[in-house]
Amino acid sequence: MELTDIIVKVILIVIVFAISLVIAMYSTYAERKIAAFFQDRVGPNRAGPFGMLQPLADGAKMFLKEEIIPTRASGLLFIVGPSLAILTACIGSAVIPWGQKLTIGSTIIDLQVTDINVGILYIFGVVSLGVYGIMIGGWASNNKYSLLGAIRAASQNISYEISMGLSIIALLLVTGSLSLREIAEQQHGFWHDGWFTWNFFKQPLGFLIFIVCAFAETNRTPFDLPECETELVGGYHTEYSSMKLGFYLFAEYINMFVSSAVMATLYFGGYNFPFMDSLGLSANWITIIGVIVLFAKIFAFIFFFMWIRWTIPRFRYDQLMNLGWKTLIPLAIANIVITGIVVTLLN
Amino acid sequence: MESLSNKKKVLEVKPLNIWERAYLPAIFKGLAITMKHFFKKPVTIKYPEQKREFSENFRGMHSLKRDENGRERCTACGLCALSCPAEAITMTAAERQKGEENLYREEKYAAVYEINMLRCIFCGLCEEACPKEAIYLDGDIVPADYLRKDFIYGKDKLVEAPLNQ
Amino acid sequence: MSTFYFIAFLSIFFAILVITARNPVHSILYLVLTFFTFTVHYILLNAQFLAVVNFIVYMGAILVLFLYTLMLMNLNKDNEPMKSNIVKIAAVFGGGCLLVTIVASLKTMAISQPVVLQNPELGLVKNLGKILFNEFLLPFEVSSLLLLSAMVGAVLLATKDKQPKTQPDGKLY
Repeated sequence: MELTDIIVKVILIVIVFAISLVIAMYSTYAERKIAAFFQDRVGPNRAGPFGMLQPLADGAKMFLKEEIIPTRASGLLFIVGPSLAILTACIGSAVIPWGQKLTIGSTIIDLQVTDINVGILYIFGVVSLGVYGIMIGGWASNNKYSLLGAIRAASQNISYEISMGLSIIALLLVTGSLSLREIAEQQHGFWHDGWFTWNFFKQPLGFLIFIVCAFAETNRTPFDLPECETELVGGYHTEYSSMKLGFYLFAEYINMFVSSAVMATLYFGGYNFPFMDSLGLSANWITIIGVIVLFAKIFAFIFFFMWIRWTIPRFRYDQLMNLGWKTLIPLAIANIVITGIVVTLLN
Repeated sequence: MESLSNKKKVLEVKPLNIWERAYLPAIFKGLAITMKHFFKKPVTIKYPEQKREFSENFRGMHSLKRDENGRERCTACGLCALSCPAEAITMTAAERQKGEENLYREEKYAAVYEINMLRCIFCGLCEEACPKEAIYLDGDIVPADYLRKDFIYGKDKLVEAPLNQ
Repeated sequence: MSTFYFIAFLSIFFAILVITARNPVHSILYLVLTFFTFTVHYILLNAQFLAVVNFIVYMGAILVLFLYTLMLMNLNKDNEPMKSNIVKIAAVFGGGCLLVTIVASLKTMAISQPVVLQNPELGLVKNLGKILFNEFLLPFEVSSLLLLSAMVGAVLLATKDKQPKTQPDGKLY
């Protein structure tokens, strides 16, 4: 690897990291604003124009608040919990292809931090690791509510990981590749050979299962049982305060951003958009528009996450488990079988 | 038992059919409803900038009235303090001196008149009790403040502005 | 090579911490770290698929379940039960057997050449799949049967008894 390559990669990593943090930050603002609109309210509008500076004010508040570590908490693990949560949330974005290649002079910039050929599995692994942050934090707090929240999170994540994995397997039968770059390339354009290229139109059921599991994995409503206030005070972060609490809340929004990006890449064509070949633009412009399109898709998914939050009430615990084990897993297996048959017949 | 009012309705709870059990149609219906609200105009009134119109019998901050010559009407009889269910009103009476006839209408007046706005429940009984028509709750909403002592309003805040100023 | 030795050192270090940690939850967390170093080993061997599967299955699922179970048990130091003498003797005997086996196997081991991969692409998904589904098809399917039977057994264990349970006052709940 040459020095310029390394510099480019480092810059790319920093940009991706910064973007995910900024988006997570403004997701908190968007969440409150969108919640307000759904409830015929105005939402935050005091800090700056339209309340745009609200996230900064919230951040400053988080930093300046008193940091409390309970006496009987397990000291180091209490700190490791939120750190791990935000770490696993951030590293997921490493394999997402943000756009096609950008050519500046003689250097070709690949808008993807790394293209490992098991990209999907990597994301899947990172997601499955995310539960450690919650579990460690919940256990280290030495609090019943925290522990119950942690246990709920663990069992929920394990249950939904299975159907998520199975829905991905059906997708892999269609794409035949584990690399996210290749999957994105396969969905080039919008229409090819008499059918849509985007995987959503090839795997509608798989997408449905995937998005339900994504909601469960990110602990978003209607699956936010780990932190449900009415039963568990604050759930796994009951004992947390100050920026450690901020890390947990932040991790949730970063997770939301990353899973939106994954859904957009896997099922909605990633950076591809209709008529991208017939516009007659140069490759660089197509790439730039592609990046914008990808982010538009991501924002649409984030909006959908919030839309669902203010529409569907929280599941009861037995309903959650019934849905996961008795509905989604059989559906996902049926989806694999059907996809396998169709793929074999078409070949 | 036979219902007397005949209003009783027996609801039949049917088991859900497969379409209903999939929940998806219901979810989409719900999404449509929330989306409808998304584009509705917010009902919020942004208070300090905008104000809702008060009704005619709105009871806000108290004001101690003056008569047509600009003299304070209050005679410090204490009926308002007596009638106050929250015991928010207190006063000290004083005798009118020579040369103060243009300031106070009656021979006795309130040298100190204090209302604790944290105690006041804005019931309006002081208004009803006053024989001199000296106190009315016709003001604005009592503003917020930082210290408890700042909510004890004295004559400086309560007495109406003099007539020709 | 130095990376390998560093990672290998870490694996052994964390593995020792697993068995010496007093707190069982800490022990599990060290085990997570140990498995993570294994993942790094797989990556060093260019076996990406194995690395990721080790990551997902062992770190992401099995150890989460371990942690889950341990969290539900009240394993504080002060109520740790005293182990009976028979258990202690059995443990010493078992450990001794293991030691003898290890020593014996070490004695027979010849110093081998450092592992040189015949085919560096071997660990990639495509090649692994080809080998699994051609050469090792039968063992692969048999092991899947084994997992299936384990799953059915677990479901059977977890299903409730047919007759409804009754409260002491005789009411059904």
